[in-house]
Amino acid sequence: MLLIECPWCGPREESEFHCGGEAHIVRPLHPEQLSDPEWADYLFMRSNPKGPHRERWVHEAGCGRWFNVERDTVTHEITAVYRMGGPPPNPSAAPGRKR
Amino acid sequence: MRYSIFSLARNAFGHHEGWPAAWRSPEPKQSYDVVIVGGGGHGLATAYYLAALHGIRDVAVIEKGWLGGGNTGRNTTIIRSNYLWDESAHLYEHSLKLYEGLSRELNFNIMLSQRGVLNLAHNLHDLRELSRRVNAIRLNGIDSEVLTPVQIKAMVPILDTSPDVRYPVLGASLQRRGGVARHDAVAWGFARGADARGVDVIQNCEVTGIRQRNGAVEGVETSRGYIRARKVGVVVAGHASVLAAMAGFRLPIESHPLQALVSEPIKPIHHSVVMSNAVHVYVSQSDKGELVIGAGIDGYDSYAQRGSFPVIEDQMGALVELFPIFSRLKMLRHWAGIVDTCPDASPIISKTPVKHLYFNCGWGTGGFKATPGSGWVFAHTIAHDAPHALNAAFTLDRFSTGALIDEHGAAAVAH
Repeated sequence: MLLIECPWCGPREESEFHCGGEAHIVRPLHPEQLSDPEWADYLFMRSNPKGPHRERWVHEAGCGRWFNVERDTVTHEITAVYRMGGPPPNPSAAPGRKR
Repeated sequence: MRYSIFSLARNAFGHHEGWPAAWRSPEPKQSYDVVIVGGGGHGLATAYYLAALHGIRDVAVIEKGWLGGGNTGRNTTIIRSNYLWDESAHLYEHSLKLYEGLSRELNFNIMLSQRGVLNLAHNLHDLRELSRRVNAIRLNGIDSEVLTPVQIKAMVPILDTSPDVRYPVLGASLQRRGGVARHDAVAWGFARGADARGVDVIQNCEVTGIRQRNGAVEGVETSRGYIRARKVGVVVAGHASVLAAMAGFRLPIESHPLQALVSEPIKPIHHSVVMSNAVHVYVSQSDKGELVIGAGIDGYDSYAQRGSFPVIEDQMGALVELFPIFSRLKMLRHWAGIVDTCPDASPIISKTPVKHLYFNCGWGTGGFKATPGSGWVFAHTIAHDAPHALNAAFTLDRFSTGALIDEHGAAAVAH
């Protein structure tokens, strides 16, 4: 069970949240100009890293708001929580938040 | 050595101390015709069919841990071919047919038990979808039938089919040829068969890099040195994206934990396989008497081979809803495997942007049932540098062309 800190509601248990997958995938400004492989890259391809991963979560059973989480996919340790639209933190500078 | 009743009797006189190793553990050579990365069932099957059907025997299977220690040893051993779309139906049915002759072919008892797989419907929509799927499956020449609640109750008396429960059982699809097999034996049988045909099975050897020149693969860096290869086949399930990153491209895959449990052993009481997509649990009983129970993936990306407890709680809730008789059972062991989920819940068995580098991945939660078929078509793809008709649709390109094979919600249980 992960303990996730919602930026608005504070720490809550994982079952209140839903993971929305990889963060910072920017929707193309001019989709009609993309080639098929470029469009596939936006729609389907994922970095799926083993280690630090920036991902979107929504506090589904709480405030209903989306935010970003940086979490290690091997240890599950959450190293940063930051708001949508905010710049991703520098992993080395991010304060380690132990579970 | 050929296994038979006579070899068993002969070794019984020797107190079973004289059995030879089932496969060698050779040092890796400097180069091979084909290197297969990943010593799970799929990788070992690929090596076996390369040697047995395509005459390519200068092959190494490289495994970072031990054989079948990943998802091959972590699945719930269910085998079925009840898929909606033609492409999937043909691929999984080919695999099921190979399974049916596999113990004899490998001279290794994989303990295939075709006890029937039931997929339950809990609402009217489920029931309509299920009937449509059964018809589609039958049109593909695969056995499948619809059962009424009365027929289900006759087949699985311990299943709660009363109409007044939260998720009543309104019907089921049944594939009688479906069932379970001994998962370790599948890996071991293929390893032994491949080894006997000259394949080097190399354990405790991790691939750390993929060398290329002019857009073609040259070999693999490993924890035991560089190994040259004319062709490289990668079949590493949850770590597919990690290997793809080494080769310089991305995959449409996310790795998730898939948890499973076994209960304490009890007397034989559950003689088929029951799956429910709506309440999401699937359960069979092993030969040891343990219930083998699985469910859906954890929602977040992970490489940790463990998941979260709420998923187990949901799974147990669904189990007890369907089988009140199991409510006092203790669970003995619990684990997770890392599954490579694909956006259309179908695998990728394909050439890649790198010449002579092939990937077989994206099986998600449903790879075990496909083990022999997957190896069979992957061996063909590697040997001919072109896919077989059975896996021609399962390319990496389909995510650019849009020709997805969308088994989400279409398959009996999507993965």
